Amino acid sequence: MSKTAIQATGLVKWFGEGEAKTMALREVSIEAQFGEIVYVVGPSGSGKTTLLSVLTGILRPNAGKVLLEGVDIWEMNPDQLADFRLAKIGFVFQDYHLFPRLTTAENVAIPLVLRNKDWDESIHEAEKYLDVVGLKNRADLYPVKLSGGEQQRVAIARAMVDQPDILIMDEPTASLDGDTGVAILSFVHKNVLHQDRCILVVTHDDRIYQFATRILQMQDGKLKGSEKSGP
Amino acid sequence: MKGINKLAYKLLVNDTAKFTALLLGITFAVYLMMFVTSMFSGVMKRATSTVINVGAPLWVMDPAVETVSNSIGMPAYVLDAVRSMRGVKYAVPLYVGGALVKLTDGNYQSVTVLGLDDTSLYGRPDLIEGKIEDIYAENGFVVVHDAEFSKLENPRIGSQFELNDNRGVIVGIAKVITSGLYGIPTLYTTYERAIQYIPNPRFTISYVLVEPKSPSDIPRIKQQVEALGYRARTKEEFMKNTQDFFIYKTGGGINIMIMTAISFLVGLSISGQTFYTFILENLERFGALKAIGAKSRDLVRMILFEATLTAFTGYGMGVGGCVLLIWVAKLRLPSYAAMVTFGNLMVSLAMVVVIAAVSSYAAIRRVLRIDPFEIFRG
Repeated sequence: MSKTAIQATGLVKWFGEGEAKTMALREVSIEAQFGEIVYVVGPSGSGKTTLLSVLTGILRPNAGKVLLEGVDIWEMNPDQLADFRLAKIGFVFQDYHLFPRLTTAENVAIPLVLRNKDWDESIHEAEKYLDVVGLKNRADLYPVKLSGGEQQRVAIARAMVDQPDILIMDEPTASLDGDTGVAILSFVHKNVLHQDRCILVVTHDDRIYQFATRILQMQDGKLKGSEKSGP
Repeated sequence: MKGINKLAYKLLVNDTAKFTALLLGITFAVYLMMFVTSMFSGVMKRATSTVINVGAPLWVMDPAVETVSNSIGMPAYVLDAVRSMRGVKYAVPLYVGGALVKLTDGNYQSVTVLGLDDTSLYGRPDLIEGKIEDIYAENGFVVVHDAEFSKLENPRIGSQFELNDNRGVIVGIAKVITSGLYGIPTLYTTYERAIQYIPNPRFTISYVLVEPKSPSDIPRIKQQVEALGYRARTKEEFMKNTQDFFIYKTGGGINIMIMTAISFLVGLSISGQTFYTFILENLERFGALKAIGAKSRDLVRMILFEATLTAFTGYGMGVGGCVLLIWVAKLRLPSYAAMVTFGNLMVSLAMVVVIAAVSSYAAIRRVLRIDPFEIFRG
C-alpha cells in the first residue's frame, strides 16, 4: 500500500497588492504517493513554478497547508525548513545550476558537504552516484566539458546523492533536444524512481509524458483533474 | 579542512582570474601600506638615533626643545642643581652640535659632534677599533662606522681632519645601534673638547643625562626639574616627542597618512569590486544552494572564509614583498632607512581586515537577499 509523500490542500498564493495583485495559485490541492512520478503540466504562467516553490518550502503560500511525509513544512522555522529540504528533497533545476568552477564530482557532492560531511567522503559518495548516472569517467571534468544531457545527469546525481525521498524536477528537458530529453526521463523512470521515492516533474514537454504515473494539468493557477496511467 | 570551507576554497581558487585579481589587489595595497609606513618608521628611528645610542634613562633639557637634534643650551648651574636633586644617582652633561670638518682633500663635510662627560664618558659607543681611553689623547675623536662613514674618506685610526682650525685625530672607530637621520657622519669626543673646538653660544650644555637611583624616583626628579624651569623626559618620552614633532609639525605624518589611505582605497576598490563581481557571477548558484537546503549562515560562512583566505594570503604576500624590497635596497644602499615594525604590521593587518570586511559585507548582503524562488522562475 502506497504512502503519501506530498499532501497539499487549499493553496493560495498571490503576488503584488491592489491593482497589481496577480493570483498565482487558486485553492490548489495536490497529493502524490511514494512510488509515483507525477507531472504538473501547463502553459507558461499557469502557476507550475509557484506550486513547486510552495510545495518545497521555498515560497510561503498566503493560505493552505503543505504536508511532506506528514510534516507541515510551513510550521517550521527557516533553519528547520532548510534542514528538511536538505534531508528530504532533491532538486533538479531547469538550468542545472552546476558550479562551473567545480568538477562534476564536486558538484554532485554539494548536498553532502552542506550536511557537514567530510569532503573526501562526500566526493567518494558522489563518484558512486556518477557511476549510477553513467558518468563516472567524467568525474574530474568541469561542467563546461559536458554535453547538455550529461549536465542534466550530473544534476540528477546531485539531487540523488543524499538519497532524498522526494525528487523535484523543474522543466528537466527544457534545455535538451528531444531524444536526450526522452532518454533522461527514461533513465529517471528506470533508475531513480522506486517505492520509497516520489518524483514531481514540472514540464510542458509532451514528448516525455509517457513516463508519468499521473499528469496534473494546471491552468490559471488551478489544477485540473486530467490524469493518466503510467507506462 | 571542513567540507563547506573546502567548497568555498574550491569555488574561489578555481576561478583563477578572479582569485589572482583579488590577491593582486590586496597584495598591492598591503605592499604600499607596509612600504610607506616602514619608510616612516625608519625615518622616525633615525630621528631619535641620538637618544637611542646614548641610552640615558632620563634627559633634562630646555622646555622648548622639540627634537633631540635641536637642543637649546642650558647654563652650568642646571647640571649642579640636577646633581643635588633627591633621587638622582648621578647626572652628566652632554653636548650635541653640528660642525664642519675640513678633510685632507680640502673638502668640507658636515658632522654631528657628541661631547661626552669627561669623567665618565657616559653614553659612549662600543668601539670596533681602538681604545676608548684614547679619546682623552690630544685632539682625540671617535668616528661612528655607519652608512655615512665614507663621507669622511673612510678614516682609520690616526686619520686627521680640521675642525674650526683645530686639528682632530681619529682614535677609535665605533658602532652604534642606529644611524642618524640627516645623512652626516657622527664624531664623539669629550664634552670639554667639544665646547672648546666648536664655536658656541653662552650656554653649552645641550642635555643633562640623569641616572635615577631607581625608576620610582623618576616622577620626583621630573617635578624638581620642572620647578627649576626645565624639563625632564624619559628616554621613551623624548623619542615620542621627537617623533610627534615629525608627524604633526612637519607634514610628514600627514603625507604618510594620505599615502596609506590611498593604498587602502586602492586595495579596497580592487578587492571589493572583484570579490563582489565574483559573488554576483555565482549568485544564481548560491540561490540554488539555498534551494537545496543551505542555510544563510552556511553561505555567510563560505563568503567570510573566502574573504579571510584572500585577505591573509594577500597580506602575507604584501608583507613578504615589502620585506624583500627593503632587504634588497639595504644590500645596495646601507643607509636606506625603511624598517618593518610590529606597529606597521598591525596597521596593515587592520587595514586588510577592513578591506575583507567591507568586501564581504557587500557580498553577504547580496547573497542573503537572493530568493531561491528566483532560481525556479529562471
